[in-house]
Amino acid sequence: MTDTTIDTARLQARKRIRNARISAFVRYVVLLAVGLVMLYPLIWLVGASFKTNNEIFANPGFMPQNPTLDGYIEGWKTSTPYTFGTFFLNSFKIILPKVIGTVISCTFVAYGFARFDFPFKKILFGSVIAILLLPNVVTRIPQYILFRDLGWLDSFLPLWVPSALAGDAFFVFMLVQFLRAIPGDMEEAARVDGANSWQTLLFIVVPMLAPALISVALFQFMWTMNDFLGPLIYISSVDKYPVSLALKLSIDTTEAFAWNRILAMSVLTITPALAVFFAAQKYFIEGISAGGIKG
Amino acid sequence: MARLQLHNLEKTYGNGFRAVHGINLDIQEGEFMVFVGPSGCAKSTTLRMIAGLEDITGGEVRIGDRIVNDLQPGKRHIAMVFQNYALYPHMKVRSNLSFGLRLAGVPKAEREKAVEEVARILEIEPLLDRLPKQLSGGQAQRVALGRALIKKPEVFLFDEPLSNLDAKLRASMRVRITDLHRRLKAEGKSSTVVYVTHDQTEAMTMGDRICVMQSGNIMQVATPKELYDAPANLFVAGFIGMPEMNLVNGRIEGTSFHTAGQAITLPDHVLARLSAKPENAVLGIRPQHLKLSQTGLSARLKNVEFMGHEVYLYADLDGAEIVCVVTTAEYDAMDANADTIRVLPDPTRIHIFDQDSGTNVSLPDQS
Repeated sequence: MTDTTIDTARLQARKRIRNARISAFVRYVVLLAVGLVMLYPLIWLVGASFKTNNEIFANPGFMPQNPTLDGYIEGWKTSTPYTFGTFFLNSFKIILPKVIGTVISCTFVAYGFARFDFPFKKILFGSVIAILLLPNVVTRIPQYILFRDLGWLDSFLPLWVPSALAGDAFFVFMLVQFLRAIPGDMEEAARVDGANSWQTLLFIVVPMLAPALISVALFQFMWTMNDFLGPLIYISSVDKYPVSLALKLSIDTTEAFAWNRILAMSVLTITPALAVFFAAQKYFIEGISAGGIKG
Repeated sequence: MARLQLHNLEKTYGNGFRAVHGINLDIQEGEFMVFVGPSGCAKSTTLRMIAGLEDITGGEVRIGDRIVNDLQPGKRHIAMVFQNYALYPHMKVRSNLSFGLRLAGVPKAEREKAVEEVARILEIEPLLDRLPKQLSGGQAQRVALGRALIKKPEVFLFDEPLSNLDAKLRASMRVRITDLHRRLKAEGKSSTVVYVTHDQTEAMTMGDRICVMQSGNIMQVATPKELYDAPANLFVAGFIGMPEMNLVNGRIEGTSFHTAGQAITLPDHVLARLSAKPENAVLGIRPQHLKLSQTGLSARLKNVEFMGHEVYLYADLDGAEIVCVVTTAEYDAMDANADTIRVLPDPTRIHIFDQDSGTNVSLPDQS
């Protein structure tokens, strides 16, 4: 009687384990398949960048038959007097001040909104949210006229100055939400310890805000790297083109498109963003899943 | 070391809510003052006004001979221990302790010496290089205490510092804090303390004096013994003491107190002490001062709680719920099937309150 019960129990346990294994196997197969589908264009892009121009259209697979660096070498030279290096440098001339400026200015603004009471705070914060909801296109023309009148056309200034003055409502909003999730006790303790508002911000708030700030920097980095419309509108000299425009350039000026060069340069273009993302992935996830601070 | 005075202190919030109603309090140098009261009684708000974390709407706070109303918290020579420790999560214990000194521009060597000293007093030396998240609740609380101690403030402020700890740890921390206070006082160091709690055990065991608050008003300021023996009003009578004081509504007629259906003769010394003879009176007697007696008031037994060394008898006395604490032996001697008990108050321990104003009209010093 007891033996039978034990046997049945064992059998059930074994069945449960087998079912769990099968379910896990199915889950992983589905995940892998979907993951592959999503990643395939990227894999193909990398593979195709090593193909010859003819092979790209002849061979649908991603493995090049005769791998060649031709695309990279020719692509780097570009059809302009400048190498792709110049365009990379231009991109970083925009990205660097923009990212640093965004992180600093948005921290200040978010700290103000999250921790201080001042007149018209509600209306001001409401307008921040309103800006967040406003389509970018709406402000393009007024902004263009403004920057033209300032004499900033064909310079990098219109591309990074607005962001460096907390012009990106999304980041302000994100940091305000993150700050709201952090209890104010630590800041009060700092005030009792003798810190003024600036010292509290610098020594207490910023370190606690670090994961969110890293996310902000990453987002800004990737979005700026990928930004096409901004440079297209404001930059007219080729020597100031960032990579996003330079890629388009190689499509425009060649009669027969050298796809392998374009693809090779595309691979190079996405490399910094990917590298930065993977390096900071841990903080990035911590940053966007706000409120993960233990009291 | 400094005296702390609150003068007509008021707090009104932006939405018109009046949290603190002009309180006056004089806390002596080196005194351990406990603010106690139910949640929402503004004890924490008052503490935060003293600390400078909350704006003062009216009145003044004086530390030593300075009015500190408009001073930043850091300039008030105070230190505060928060309920959830509020340690800086990204700093090691060592930096947590010395942060205040660093801001004050104290040289590094001196800072380190101070850290070592405080760590020794609080026995947290092995923890100095840990991050707050690597500490247990009790350790974190000791570090928070150390952060206050290291500043050598004139006034220590504690905001329910033990309420996040488990019961056992709370008891040991309680002893540790009072011990520390006594030691500092003996050494002539700064030791004026304001300690906020909602736990009356903490209040009774730690405070030199206790300030009982309700809805932004001070109900009574007295030593623990005075609060227990001579509560000034119904609120204090009901708040202090475990289980709560029994309060029975009735009238005084002649020399006796009448409940709905029964009467008890009041002893002469109680009658002599009465500062007023209220129309609607409340008789107050602590559960420990009710004795089982054949001549006492009759009450219907409702519930029995066995506490180990004593037994709580819950009974209904003409509509008023009363509790009587008896020893286990007394309980064993009772008739097991009895559904009524007869209880007699200890005549020396009877309080008479005015039901309308709530004041105790039988206080000895008012006779």
